[in-house]
Amino acid sequence: MTVKELSEKLNLSICCGAAGLDREIRGGYTSDLLSDVMGNAQEGAVWVTLQTHKNIMAIASLKELAAIVLVKGLQPEEDTAAESENEEIPILSTTLETFDITGQIYQLLHPLP
Amino acid sequence: MEFNYNLEGGNFSRAGAASSEVKKLLKQLNVSPALIKRIVIALYEAEVNVVAHAYEGVMNVVFDNQTIRVKITDKGPGIPDIGLAMQEGYSTASPKVREMGFGAGMGLPNMKKNCDSLSIESQVGVGTTVTMITHLQ
Repeated sequence: MTVKELSEKLNLSICCGAAGLDREIRGGYTSDLLSDVMGNAQEGAVWVTLQTHKNIMAIASLKELAAIVLVKGLQPEEDTAAESENEEIPILSTTLETFDITGQIYQLLHPLP
Repeated sequence: MEFNYNLEGGNFSRAGAASSEVKKLLKQLNVSPALIKRIVIALYEAEVNVVAHAYEGVMNVVFDNQTIRVKITDKGPGIPDIGLAMQEGYSTASPKVREMGFGAGMGLPNMKKNCDSLSIESQVGVGTTVTMITHLQ
């Protein structure tokens, strides 16, 4: 599934980094601790977090994540958005809370037979 | 080959820039992707430690066909008890740094897991030198 498909299916707003909407999602990771994401997220994952500062882009880029999803209607800070455009890694936003959006993403990536 | 990158204490907007440079370099040198992934985790954590705790530092990267050696030297407060600092979950990061999602006490353990040998020398009030060696084969 691409980031674009995910954003359409779950009604996520695209904050920035639209050039990367064709990135393929290969899994997900949910955490607000940056070292946890750095140490454990897999390449191609979509990352669900409430952190909005620029360092999330450093992690997304170094780990080659597919996209970041901000929860509770949060928006990226200005320099975070600029970096997302540079790196072509989209930042999406949902009004849902972390538990709910993570569950919905999981269901899409692991559909019941 | 040898490369040096300057690290700036306290400047979180630059954190990860040096690691990103080294990553590009390793890709150009055709280091295996699995190895790059490990090295990058260790580099980023080391870089963030300098930004979060020290005043300034240098990331020195030396490699040949067999190994990559990264030495991060900083001027900073130093680490009084390295054994304690190595414990997962132990952190002396400020509340502000923690709010950003850093300072969970996972940095040094992440570094140890993601290189072949980690050594730390530190002098309180002077600074810290972290050396990480990873075999490329």
